[in-house]
Formats: sequence, C-alpha cells, structure tokens
Amino acid sequence: MNHSAVSSKSTLGQQWQEFWFYFSVSKTAVAGLVFLVLVVFVALFADVISPHEPAEQYRQFAKLPPAWKEGGQMQFFLGTDYAGRDMLSRIIHGSRLSLLAGSIVVILSLSIGVLLGLIAGYRGGWLEILIMRVMDTIMAVPGLLLALVLVAILGPGLLNAMVAIAITYTPYFVRLTRASTLSELNRDYVTASKMTGASSTRLMFVSILPNCMAPVIVQGTLSFSTAILDTAALGFLGMGAQAPTPEWGTLIAENRDLILNAPWTVTFPGIAILLAVLAINLVGDGLRDALDPKLKRS
Amino acid sequence: MALLEIANLTVEFATATGSLRAVDGINLSVDEGEILAIVGESGSGKSVAMLALMGLLPWTAKVSADSMLFDGQDLLSMDDRQRRKIIGKDISMIFQEPMTSLNPCFTVGYQITEVLCQHFGGSRRSYNNRAIELLHQVGIPAAETRLNAYPHQLSGGMCQRVMIAMMIACQPKLLIADEPTTALDVTIQAQILELLIELQQSHGMALILITHDMAVVAETAEHVVVLYAGQQVEQRSVKELFKSPQHPYSEALLNALPERAQEKLLNAIPGVVPGQMDRPKGCLFNPRCSYAQEMCRQQPPELRDGILCHYPLAMPNPSMRKDPDLDVRTQ
Amino acid sequence: MKQQLIKARNLHKYYAVKSGYLQPAQSLKALAGASFDLYEGKTLAVVGESGCGKSTLARLLTMIEEPTSGQLSIDNIDVAETTEKSIKKQLRQTVQMVFQDPFGSLNPRQKIGNIIQEPLIINTNFSANERHQQVLEMMELVGLRNEHFQRYPHMFSGGQRQRIAIARALILKPKVVILDEPVSALDVSIQAQVINLLIELQQELGLAYVFISHDLSVVRHISDQVMVMYLGKPVEQGPNEAVFNNPQHPYTQALLSATPQADVEGKRQRIKLTGELPSPIDPPSGCAFNPRCQYADKNCQLHEPVMELYGDSRVSCLAVAQQRIGQLKAS
Repeated sequence: MNHSAVSSKSTLGQQWQEFWFYFSVSKTAVAGLVFLVLVVFVALFADVISPHEPAEQYRQFAKLPPAWKEGGQMQFFLGTDYAGRDMLSRIIHGSRLSLLAGSIVVILSLSIGVLLGLIAGYRGGWLEILIMRVMDTIMAVPGLLLALVLVAILGPGLLNAMVAIAITYTPYFVRLTRASTLSELNRDYVTASKMTGASSTRLMFVSILPNCMAPVIVQGTLSFSTAILDTAALGFLGMGAQAPTPEWGTLIAENRDLILNAPWTVTFPGIAILLAVLAINLVGDGLRDALDPKLKRS
Repeated sequence: MALLEIANLTVEFATATGSLRAVDGINLSVDEGEILAIVGESGSGKSVAMLALMGLLPWTAKVSADSMLFDGQDLLSMDDRQRRKIIGKDISMIFQEPMTSLNPCFTVGYQITEVLCQHFGGSRRSYNNRAIELLHQVGIPAAETRLNAYPHQLSGGMCQRVMIAMMIACQPKLLIADEPTTALDVTIQAQILELLIELQQSHGMALILITHDMAVVAETAEHVVVLYAGQQVEQRSVKELFKSPQHPYSEALLNALPERAQEKLLNAIPGVVPGQMDRPKGCLFNPRCSYAQEMCRQQPPELRDGILCHYPLAMPNPSMRKDPDLDVRTQ
Repeated sequence: MKQQLIKARNLHKYYAVKSGYLQPAQSLKALAGASFDLYEGKTLAVVGESGCGKSTLARLLTMIEEPTSGQLSIDNIDVAETTEKSIKKQLRQTVQMVFQDPFGSLNPRQKIGNIIQEPLIINTNFSANERHQQVLEMMELVGLRNEHFQRYPHMFSGGQRQRIAIARALILKPKVVILDEPVSALDVSIQAQVINLLIELQQELGLAYVFISHDLSVVRHISDQVMVMYLGKPVEQGPNEAVFNNPQHPYTQALLSATPQADVEGKRQRIKLTGELPSPIDPPSGCAFNPRCQYADKNCQLHEPVMELYGDSRVSCLAVAQQRIGQLKAS
C-alpha cells in the first residue's frame, strides 16, 4: 500500500522557505530588515564602534558642527553638543536604550495582554466583562497622556516610562488575543483535546495559544516601533530617561535650546528615531503579509 | 454544431515552488439542451477548467487551448469586454456554497434585478415583476415578500434557489453548476437537482454539472467526463460508463461505491491523487491502477476514442488483459 | 452474550437561546428523547439532516455536555450518578470521537506524534519512551508510516488526516468510538479506504461504533442498527435490513428515495418532500414532520406520536399506527 503524504519533502525548512518567499516579495520589507539588523549590530557592539565615551565632555570642542561643515573635525563626525560630547557616540549608545525600551515594552505588554486575552476569551462570563471593560477604559484615554500621568505617579525614569507605556499598549494585545481565542475555541481540535480530559491550562496554553500567535507577533513588531517613539517622547518631555543618559528623545530635549544655532544636535537623533521606526514598520508590514494567509496570493 | 467546444484546454498556475499544471489537455463538447457531468476527486481540475472557461481565474493562471468555441464565437481571441457580454448572459455559473455566493449586504431582489440591469439596461424597478416571476420559477413560495429578504434570512436550499434564479435571469444557453448540492441536505439536494433538470428541459439550456458524486451523475446526466489529476481519462455516455467503464480509474471509482460492494470491505483505490511534487512517470494513474503494466509506468498514454489508457478495459484482445496479481508480483 | 457498552434512555438536551436582551430565553430542544443500546463490536448508525440532533447526541455520549434529562450508562455505569473523578475519567476514556472535518480537528501547530499521544500525556503516567512506542504501534495500525511522527498536519491529505484522527481516538483503547460524519469530507476513492480501515479496526479490536451520517449508502453498508432522526427526535429505529428494506416512517421513506443511487437502470419514483426543515427553536405542533408529510392529517397536528414496535423496527408515526400509509398506497 502506498500511503505517502501529499508532499513527503515537506519539512520545517520548507515552511521557512515558504515564509521567506512571501516575505521577500516586498523589497521594502527586506530593506527594513537589513537596516534593523544593522541597528541591532551597532547596539550590541556600541562600546567598540563608538569613537568616544558617550558622557565624556570635551569642553574645548563644544557645539562643533559635523565634519563636512566648515569648522568641523573628523574625530567628531556628527559634531558635538553644548557640553562637547560626541553626538555620534551618544546616538550609537542611544540605540541600545531605544532597542531596550522597545523590547521591554513589547515583552511586558505582550505577555500580560496575551495572558489576559486568553483568559477573557476562554473563560467568558463576568471575568471577560471585567477584563474587557478595564481594557476599554485604558484605551479611552490618549496613550501618551496616560503614560505621562503614570510616570508622574511612579516618578520619572527610563524604567518607569517603559512600564507606563507597556500599560497603555496592553489593551491592543488583549483584544487581539481574545478575538483569536474565541474563533479557535470552537474548532474541533480543541473539542478533541477537551474530550480526552485536558485541563483548562493545557487547553489554553498548549492547544489554543500557538494558533493565536501570528497576528499577535505582527502587532508586537508594530508596537516595538511606537514604543521607541513614545519612550523618546517621554524622554523629550523630561519624564523618561534622565540626562545625561544618551536616550534619543532625551538627546533632543537637552539640546532643544540649540535648535537655531547648532541644529545638528537635534537633527541627528531625530533622524535616528525616524529611520529605526521606519525600518521596524516596514518589517512589521512584511511580516503581516507573510503570516496572514488571507493576504497570500498563490 | 455543438454549443460549446473546447479542445486541449490547459491551465497552469505559478506558485512558490514552481508551475503547477491543474488542467492538462481537456476536450469538451456540449450540445444545446444537453446535460454533461464532469466527475473527479478534489484536485482533479474540474472546477478550474470551468473557471478558465468563464475567465474567472486569478492572474497567476495561464490558460491555453487549441480552441474554445461557444456558440460559434471564439472565446480565446475575445477581449475582456466582449467576453463579459457573453459571460453571465449566455453562460452562467452557480457555486457550491450558496450562502457565500450571495452578497450578504443586499436583498435578494436587489441582487436579481442588478443582473438584469447589467445585461439589458434600464431601471432596477422595471424588473421587479421579472424577479418575482423568476423566484416563482425556482419554486420559492411567497416570492413577493422574499424580494426584500437578505441572504442570511434564508436557508441554504433557498439561497441556492435564489442563485439559480439569478443565473437563469438572462436565459443563458449554458449553465455551469459547480457541486450545486454538496453543501445541502439530502432531501434538499433532491429538490435542487430536480429543479435544475426541470429548468434545463423547459428552457432548452445546456447544463454542465460538476460533481464528485457518481450517484448524482447516474441520476441526472446524459454524458459524462471523468477527470483524474487534471487529465480527462474517459468521456462516454452515462449509461455506457455505468455498464462497462473502459478506463481503470472509472471502474475503480464505481467499484469503490458501497452499493457495489460484494462483501464487508469495500474495493478501495489504494494511494492518493498525485500532487504537484510527486507526479509519477508514464500514466498518472499507474501507481494506483491494479492493471498497470510496464508500458503504463514508462509512457504517458494518448487519448483514443475518449479514453486515456494504454489498455482500455473493453479491449477485445485478451492477451493484453493479464492477471493483475501477476503484475504486482513481478514488479 | 456481547457486552452492553452504552445504554441510553429517553435522553433530552435543551439549550437556552436568547434572541434579544428584552425577550425571555427560549428553549431549543436539540435532542428530545433518544433511547438505544449499543453492544460490543456493533455499529449504530444515526441518520438525519442538519438540525436533527446528531451532533448533540455525540456531545452527550462523549460527556462534553450533560443531558437535561434521561439516563445514560456507559459500560454499565450511570454517568449522572458518578461523582467520583477517577471513574469519570475512566468513562471518558471509554468513549472517543472522530470528527467530520479532518482539517479542523487536528491542531495545525502540533506534530502528528504529539497529536496522537496527547491523550496519553493527559490520562496516563507512561514515560516518554513508552508513549512513543505506543504511538508508533497505533500509527502502523491505521496505516501511517513511522516518519510521519515528526510532520505537521498541513502536509497530509484529507484521508491521511482522518487516519491520524482515528489513531488519536484509539490510543486510549476506548470501547466505543463516535464517528461524526467521518468520511463525508473525503473523496470517493479515499472514503472507501477509510471505511475499510474502520471495519478492519472494529473486527480486530471489537469496537462499538456510533456512526453519525447523512449518507445512506454508507450507512447501509456499515451499520447493524439504524436510528433515523428528525428535528431532535428519533422517528424510526431498528435493524439495518428492516429500516432499509421496509422503511415505515414517511420521513425514512422520503429520505431513502431522495438519496441518489449509482444505478442508471430504471429510474425510481421519487417521493417529493416539499418545504424546508423547520427551525428547532419553533418546531411544528404535534408530529414535527407533519408540514412536509404526505400522509399527515389533523391528528398529526394535534398529537405527538410515540415510539412503538411495528414488525422489526420501532416507529413514531400516527399514520403508521392507524395503518393509513398502507391504505394510501393501495388507492
């Protein structure tokens, strides 16, 4: 008897290959990915790459323009700020903080959000109503405003800013997970597990959760970029990372008085934020196209 | 002259892992007022072939044919605009899922009159009476009130009736029904099949019935085309096919039916339909065929008298009909 | 004497359905009075159209839901009276189920091996090695190959997936398997393979089947006892030969005559069933079948018939009770 599977060559490798086929359809997504890898690399090896210590003050070189401008020096390629600190080094070190902020916010909000969403969708009843109404309330307040209030309560600082932002992002994950949980809950494979006596925890985490992850992962990447933006915004408002921490938003904030006579001190951190966020968004879009079967064309 | 004549229709899809030949050299001819059944398992290309005829395939599909004549007009050389004039008016198609084939946002009446406006022009209101008449024709009670119903307010059988009403609105010469009863209950299936035959007879239109159910073929059609893995393996009159199938696949399909089982175990066909990656050499059916010989494993057969087989079953020469068990052992 | 595995008496299941916030909840009688016995090695077929309560019955038998009223014993233990968890767990292992849609019933993110051994992980204390061994044995039993262990469901065809689902259902060595339309989503040639597998497994392991289906030709082939249901109520119940050779209830007769047959000789006279299936929320008064029944009279609208033995089968019909069907046929 010949019981061969439809495609016997199918392996995980082929799944990956298929994913890459759909992901690489979008050239912009690939470009974003390349830039993102570069940023991660820079962040990892910041100590080696950056020409100066980020906090080192070269008082005699204060407010030096970039190297290609008149009066600029090669050793301070992107110029220096009001205290004579090297902008390039500070931006390089800032990438660490930005990536860190993005990751922590996403990890926090994703894990809490997925857990709550799973419980709400699986349990239903008053627990679902409670969770969803609390989430609706959080969503009803503008995100940044809520984060500001929270930081004001918790006290300014990078860590508190990240926690505050994570809280404002949680509802999106809750809603997404609950919706997919509800649609997976009535599938036959869940009933089949239920029939063999699987516990609720097993049903939630082993059967249902892996099947809800695709949209959550996409939302995660998109949140990553907004988290960087929001951390920068809080930093700019003086509620996030405190000077002299070289966080991109804080960099802009501490130099904003110089915007007219030393514009590079504000421009380059701004460009760094712009490019990083753009790259992550492009990757996120590519991921969505590749993971969402509805958008697949075959 | 036949109403529809298709010669050597081939459809290829571009996919992530290379090109996939879904339909491979199908020849069809349908006379006016005839019922032709197309039978095949999933993946046999039966729906794709008809969608290709209608020009409804996505851009990844490449359609080619030696000829594709409908009512004397060449569908191949036609541009989209001319084609649209024929499709939906002279040729129309109903699908398997009646619930999803109707637009849930509009009333039944709107959707029927829409079709009429599209093809004959004029205002929607002027066709109200015609819509009621059509709903009566397909056996919907209280048609006047049903005009304002939305698809979700109707049952599956009713939706299929509405679909049929829409499709016969322009009095097509050819109606293609793609598994029209698969999603319906048995008693409703009987009603719908009866309705289709009744309409076919009273309007004198030709009907192509796509199905996987041999029993439905036996009860409705006059001619039948059997497809396997995109190829046309046998084309006969229904009576002849059920009495003495000539292709081993048709025979195996019939023998697999529970009604024909001699004992408790059924005569199952071993294996599965070959996919894109594991197409066998020679005849596509040879790994599952109990009569397969060396020739079948080496060379693809050619179509002779509507049968795609090196050794058709009704071959008079008995030397060709070896004991199948012997062949298995000598493999 | 064969062992009695399931004894069901007068099972009822009502669901509360809310149509709006202001309306009081209505009760939907999904199952209204099913009684049957199931013995080791036997097959009970449950036949009916959508909404007849087949799936509700399956949910009760697999103990996913509890009956509103009525008595259900599995393996001579009354389900309602057992409160002890270990016995309940054991009962649950006695009855397993195979679902209709092999694409929805397997978790797409789990490997085949893990899908099949999940019941073992939950219910037994075997070590990983022992489990692996058992899964491999089971895979061989249902005709899967060892290397399939590490693959994902999407790499398999419908027939193969149904084999996986059967393996999962059998891994706990149940005595009863509920088969909810196990072949209706499969192609004809694959259907026969799966039916054969089920028959072989039954003979080998002495399993009892509850075979839920709307395909009468398959039911006729595989079942020992048949229960025909309409709108949550059994209408005719008896041994296979009695129900198929001498159908007594008008609905059974109509169902049989509506089923297309793969036979080109001699077209049969169809009993036409008019109208749609009524909604189970608001079933017709009296006999639920009366609006579609050609034998119905005033009594049928007023009085609800009860199951009574006529010949070999039990039938619930006033027309049969008053012997009106025979008279009508004669005139």
